Amino acid sequence: MVAKFDLNDDSVVVIIGTGAGGGVLANELAQKGVKVVALEAGGRYLPEDFINDEWESFGQLAWLDARTTSGSWRVAKDFAGLPAWIVKAVGGTTTHWAGASIRFQEHEWKGLSTYGKVEGANLLDWPIDGAEMAPWYDKAEAKLGVTRTGDRAGLPGNNNYLVFEKGAKALGYKEVHTGRMAINSADYDGRMACHQTGFCFQGCKWGAKWSAAYTDIPRGEATGNLEVRDRCHAARILHDDSGKVTGVEYFDKDGNLQLQKARIVSVAGNSYESPRLLLNSASSMFPNGLANSSDQVGRNYMRHTTGSVYAIFDKPVRMWRGTTMAGIVQDEARHDPSRGFVGGYELETLALGLPFMAAFLNPGGWGRSFTTALDHYEHMAGMWIVGEDMPQATNRVTLSETKDQFGLAVANVHFDDHPNDVAMRNHAYRQGIAMYEAVGATRAFPTPPYPSTHNLGTNRMSEKPEDGVVNKWGQTHDIANLFVSDGSQFTTGAAENPTLTIVALAIRQADHIASEMAAGNI
Amino acid sequence: MTRQDLRGLTRRQLLSRSLSAGALAVVGTGFIAAPNAAWAVEVTVITPEEMATLLQMARDIYPHDQVPDQFYAVAVKGYDSEEQKALVAEGVAALDAAAKAAGFDSYVAAGWEEDRVRLLQGIETTPFFQTVRSGLVTGLYNQKEVWPIFGYQGESFSQGGYIERGFNDIDWL
Repeated sequence: MVAKFDLNDDSVVVIIGTGAGGGVLANELAQKGVKVVALEAGGRYLPEDFINDEWESFGQLAWLDARTTSGSWRVAKDFAGLPAWIVKAVGGTTTHWAGASIRFQEHEWKGLSTYGKVEGANLLDWPIDGAEMAPWYDKAEAKLGVTRTGDRAGLPGNNNYLVFEKGAKALGYKEVHTGRMAINSADYDGRMACHQTGFCFQGCKWGAKWSAAYTDIPRGEATGNLEVRDRCHAARILHDDSGKVTGVEYFDKDGNLQLQKARIVSVAGNSYESPRLLLNSASSMFPNGLANSSDQVGRNYMRHTTGSVYAIFDKPVRMWRGTTMAGIVQDEARHDPSRGFVGGYELETLALGLPFMAAFLNPGGWGRSFTTALDHYEHMAGMWIVGEDMPQATNRVTLSETKDQFGLAVANVHFDDHPNDVAMRNHAYRQGIAMYEAVGATRAFPTPPYPSTHNLGTNRMSEKPEDGVVNKWGQTHDIANLFVSDGSQFTTGAAENPTLTIVALAIRQADHIASEMAAGNI
Repeated sequence: MTRQDLRGLTRRQLLSRSLSAGALAVVGTGFIAAPNAAWAVEVTVITPEEMATLLQMARDIYPHDQVPDQFYAVAVKGYDSEEQKALVAEGVAALDAAAKAAGFDSYVAAGWEEDRVRLLQGIETTPFFQTVRSGLVTGLYNQKEVWPIFGYQGESFSQGGYIERGFNDIDWL
């Protein structure tokens, strides 16, 4: 039943990447009868392959190909070759994600209008809004089985959440609950209910958490319209003299260069690889890279303002038991400049196992200040900050001098915090510490950002072609049959975890592409 | 170091070493062992003294008083290799030179942890220190046998997760 398309079949849509954007787009198009070849750089792993062991799983799933970093962000010092913690596998980072699925707030679609001009920031309004996206969010929530939406119940709170909830309520926070999660609270859509196993970041072995790897991908394949080629690394997108894209050159699993012809190409390799591919596809006709007449490809890189707060109590918490991201405080997600920054942030519980806690609690730290914290690992609770960061033109993905295993220039990721990001992070650290102190924490740790998991903005959506790379359909302004389908489309980052919005945009984009194809427009 | 079994020690060295922390013993010429013989590390490329220094460094960089030496020994035994030989020899020599300049016979002979930590802070930016420190992050904390000492339970899928094993059993809130 699984399709096999000829390399010379120029009627197919070629999608590069199979995560929340590409994987969903592939299935949605296949369901509509559109023929799709999906190129995936990583291998294929299913729940039975996932490993309840942090480092071993990291070796199995993480994108470990070379990348370089620059800028003043601490990640460039602590993890110079690993700016992002994302996945190289069929299903992409939907295997690793924690499952938090929350919609943008209405005002977040209009960053520039809401926040006004912020010095040093390159803010812009999205060309779409909440009303436009509402029906697509409905479809996305149903696809993912998001708890606390539709008639789906919330998940029960684990120990880490119960500490977090008590602290939040002590501070007077009202919007505190176990989250809207793409983790089943009851069996749903052929997937089991959550067993509170932990290891959500390592791939859910029960399949209770939605991942494209075992939902959209096999369902798309079952239509006979989708062929997923795993361990195939896209090298370059080709175009003809009219400026339309014609196919994708890629290195197959044996390292041989292949050329798949295409009617339409969609780029969905996450916010480093997508601009990298467009830049690496430069030609005499497009010397600055494909779809880059605006010079915005790679710019406005956003990663959310993040950080963590861990705290130690005099009694055990055992935060690792159960859902990794087990609850949320949304009171600070509002836009309230009286706090000293624009935009807002969410606080979400987070737990790491001992091996990752040692690596991430205070990277580079040593001595008793560090080890006495780990000594009380069993008494520790933790939360993660996720807030809107400012798009800046100078925060960008460019081509590095370093080459990968195929001889292709790798992505260099440059990032400097904006003063708004710093003010927000410090506010969040204070609030997080106050929450834990209200429950009796004896010691708290404002932990620096991990390698980025929310990578956004490097091919941003804009009304005007000069302001961004793609239009409101994710179609590049410059090339009608070239699309972007991942988080790199994001005009601004909002305070919410991005996956639900990426999925909603992909479902909407599939609808648009299919109707435009049927109309003969592309 | 509660006991030293090296021949030819001067009385002053003996006294100095008897003050030092840890429970390592350099035994004979080819290995070091715990005085109670609970564990031993054989060295074939680097010297026993260099391995003893690495062990003390490991304890001083990530000191957990409840974690026995054997786990630290596992974490640093990989430095007994041709690839690491030069790095270790030069690093230990520099550390001992700094110790002598500070009035100690050697790094491991400095009896108080705070004195040894000060010596380590002096070499903190060197590739030797950074290699040893960063290697310990996985070398020490990723030993499954170490996890129970910290209460961490590791893999849970095979036991059905924590849905019926205390995911929400906190009783003191």
